[in-house]
Amino acid sequence: MRKPVYFTIDGQEICAEKGMNILDAAQDNDIYIPHLCHHPDLKPVGACRLCGVEIDGGRMVMSCMTPVQDGIQVITDSPTIHQSRTAIMEMLVATHHMDCLACKAATDCELLKTASYLGLDVERLADLRPALPLRPVDRSNPFFNFDPNKCIVCGICVRTCDEIVGLGALGYIERGYHTVIGTFDDKPFVDSICESCGECVSRCPVGALAPKRPEVVAREVETTCVYCGVGCGIYLGVKGDQIVSVRADRERPTNEGSLCVKGRYGFNFINHRDRLTKPLIKKNGQFVEAEWDEALEMVASKFTESKGDQFAALASAKCTNEDNYLIQKFTRAVMGTNNVDHCARL
Amino acid sequence: MEVEFDTLLSEFEGRQDEIIPILHKAQGVYRHISADSMAKIAQFTHVPESQVYGVATFYSQFHLEPQGSQHIMVCRGSVCRMQGGNRYLEKLEAHLGIKAGETTPDGRYSLEVVECLGLCDQAPSALVNGVPVRIDLDVHPQSWLEGPVEIPLGTLGGEPRWLTGRCGAIDPTDLQDFHNKDGFVGFRKTLEQSPAEVIAEIERSGLSGRGGAAFPTGLKWRYTAGAPANPKYIICNADESEPGTFKDRVLIEGDPFSIIEGMLIAGYAIGAPQGYIYIRGEYPRPTTILQQAIEAAYAAGYLGQDILGRGFDFDLEIRSGAGAYICGEETALFESIEGQRGMPRSKPPFPTTNGLFDKPTMINNVETLCTAAWIMAHGAEAYRSVGTENSPGTKLFCLSGDVQNPGVYETPFGIPMQDLLALAGGQRGEIQAILLGGAAGAFAKPDQLDLPMSFEGLKQAGLPLGSGVVLVINTEKDLREILLSLALFFAHESCGKCFPCRLGTRYQLQIIQKVLAGDSTPGDIDKLKEIGNTMMKASFCGLGQTAASAILSALKLWPEVFIGIPEREGVSA
Repeated sequence: MRKPVYFTIDGQEICAEKGMNILDAAQDNDIYIPHLCHHPDLKPVGACRLCGVEIDGGRMVMSCMTPVQDGIQVITDSPTIHQSRTAIMEMLVATHHMDCLACKAATDCELLKTASYLGLDVERLADLRPALPLRPVDRSNPFFNFDPNKCIVCGICVRTCDEIVGLGALGYIERGYHTVIGTFDDKPFVDSICESCGECVSRCPVGALAPKRPEVVAREVETTCVYCGVGCGIYLGVKGDQIVSVRADRERPTNEGSLCVKGRYGFNFINHRDRLTKPLIKKNGQFVEAEWDEALEMVASKFTESKGDQFAALASAKCTNEDNYLIQKFTRAVMGTNNVDHCARL
Repeated sequence: MEVEFDTLLSEFEGRQDEIIPILHKAQGVYRHISADSMAKIAQFTHVPESQVYGVATFYSQFHLEPQGSQHIMVCRGSVCRMQGGNRYLEKLEAHLGIKAGETTPDGRYSLEVVECLGLCDQAPSALVNGVPVRIDLDVHPQSWLEGPVEIPLGTLGGEPRWLTGRCGAIDPTDLQDFHNKDGFVGFRKTLEQSPAEVIAEIERSGLSGRGGAAFPTGLKWRYTAGAPANPKYIICNADESEPGTFKDRVLIEGDPFSIIEGMLIAGYAIGAPQGYIYIRGEYPRPTTILQQAIEAAYAAGYLGQDILGRGFDFDLEIRSGAGAYICGEETALFESIEGQRGMPRSKPPFPTTNGLFDKPTMINNVETLCTAAWIMAHGAEAYRSVGTENSPGTKLFCLSGDVQNPGVYETPFGIPMQDLLALAGGQRGEIQAILLGGAAGAFAKPDQLDLPMSFEGLKQAGLPLGSGVVLVINTEKDLREILLSLALFFAHESCGKCFPCRLGTRYQLQIIQKVLAGDSTPGDIDKLKEIGNTMMKASFCGLGQTAASAILSALKLWPEVFIGIPEREGVSA
């Protein structure tokens, strides 16, 4: 741990690492400060102006942009702060397409959370709401939709694609009140360079970028993604006896909360009717189901007949390092040949 | 297309900071920027296509649809609106059969509305293919379009004319003329002193920034000179874009060498080998004049390597904005030069340590740099001989609206407002209000005409001096229309980065439109106040923090204006 810094938030004593910002330190200590544009994986930008706190006896600073300092006294709510947050939120909610029940952000909506925290007055919002036609939802991507009517232009998706994915598929278009998020030339997602990794979707604080099949799950199971040798940590969401969602493990050092398109969205095979659940052996030109013992015995006997340089092993990048090690060991020690190769070498 | 895109790119190197110059070039050749062009620019400059698209759509002067061979930009800034510019726009629309933002089917004309062209002394104004013209309300659009008359430099007055003495008196791009009128005297004296002595002289003069914020110039120079990183940059902020402000335009058009001299002095003092002049896109004529002056200065050995044989190297480059007021905010300006959308950065770190390209950067307004050149020629003592103790020297004031002779007037700080108006021939009609400090300023009442025009004098009365805007509004004008023009301006110019400004400027406009229609309720006015106060307190940068200041000041002075006055004929948003 870097040098510890001691200070207080609403009178509670906090110890945080030097260099950390007040907002992250608060969250680490389970203290909620409203915020919509901040994500711990991204550089702070101070855009939503909701995370304002008072320090030094009344000076308002944005907690996402302000590093922790020894001895400061942070106040997370005051009449001034509340008024400012409420005014910003009223305007924001008035431009937001509020169909919470049908919204795919479901219980994960930061906008709803902030609005509830502040206790917004619906009557006042009615006055402000401009009569604007809804814009079309982009449903072109096979895994997620983009609903611009719900977008709050926090920029988390743009920054995720830039800072984490390094692709830059998303950007800001136009400016001021007319600013929207979109792809180059405002094309549908499917026609853009987007790789559908879903990193932006997983970080969207509202229902603007949302999976096509969002699920509130019964429980989650921690495991490792089976797709490749990287070994990303995932949580499989389970409902009944079905796996219905995948969530990246933020604590796993391999992926630190990131996933690729396959790991995040490619879990349909698990419950797919074409999936092989038993080994098949070709008998009389036809594949027929067999028991594992029979299949393994058959492989063992054929391997025994094929020892020496007539044998070669080609390993897969889908296997872990440990599996790959075992394959070369098996090939050399058991099969007696150095004919070992790996698809990732090509 | 006649010109292959690759040929167009051949004069560039593929750096990211060339994106905006390339977009300008492409639009100049093809009259618009196509998706294909943007993709090629992205590939050439090694950035994602979405970034180039984001830049092209951020700046209002970049067009993704083809523009006409005659591109007409009509100003609807506060002063032009007061003088009937928007009514003429309706006439133009009817005549051409297109709305603003459209192009005639034959590709001959395209029409664009601009929030401010910086021609407030010539209002109502327009740019026709880059040529600044005054709109004659009584002339039929066709004959006006066929024979637009280029407007002159503009009215200048006041005493002493330290900064504006050469304006109008010399051929602005003739270096010899400039020499004959004491040109480069300040720079030559500078070269005889150490950089530290130069900075000390500027500090002694008490010069403060003329862009509106009035930060002590010498201090800024000292901080930048003392920053450890290299190279250092200096930037001249020529992005004045606020309704009512046009003094820098007059200085650039009238005495461009003086700006170059100021930059040379600053470059020498700070140890910066490179300077940029960031000039707003609505200033094509000033840009041309400045470019000619820079070329002449290079030819005469005042720019480049080993200047005047004294071992001092300094290069100077112009960067054109493309229609974004926010780029006058220093960090947004850096972003713009670097080829990004003009969205401000957080401070700290400050430009003096982390500015352009993350290097120590000294950024000064046009008038500030010209003043620095004068101070180095005549000395800090001479400079302090006029003005007040806390606001020494002279100031350029932009008088516009209902005065007899709108123009730029140079006087010592502290001149009573009524004396300033007298210089411009006095007011036209009876004064209703005076907008001080520009769109981001505040209103003064007619009984405040004896106020001294100095930073501290106005501050005592709760008013800003800002960049020196004095916009006079007589009793024949509907104040609500001025408020509407201000609300439109900020709603159009907000960059959209922070929530309070992005949303607040829009709702402020929505409520002012209700005020204008006579539909506003007391609840609306409460909301207007609340939104204004929130923008002021919570916005990310100076634009949002001041976007409500003039409207809130009007609300304080004339609350009756905001409630229940039925709509007047001919008034439209």
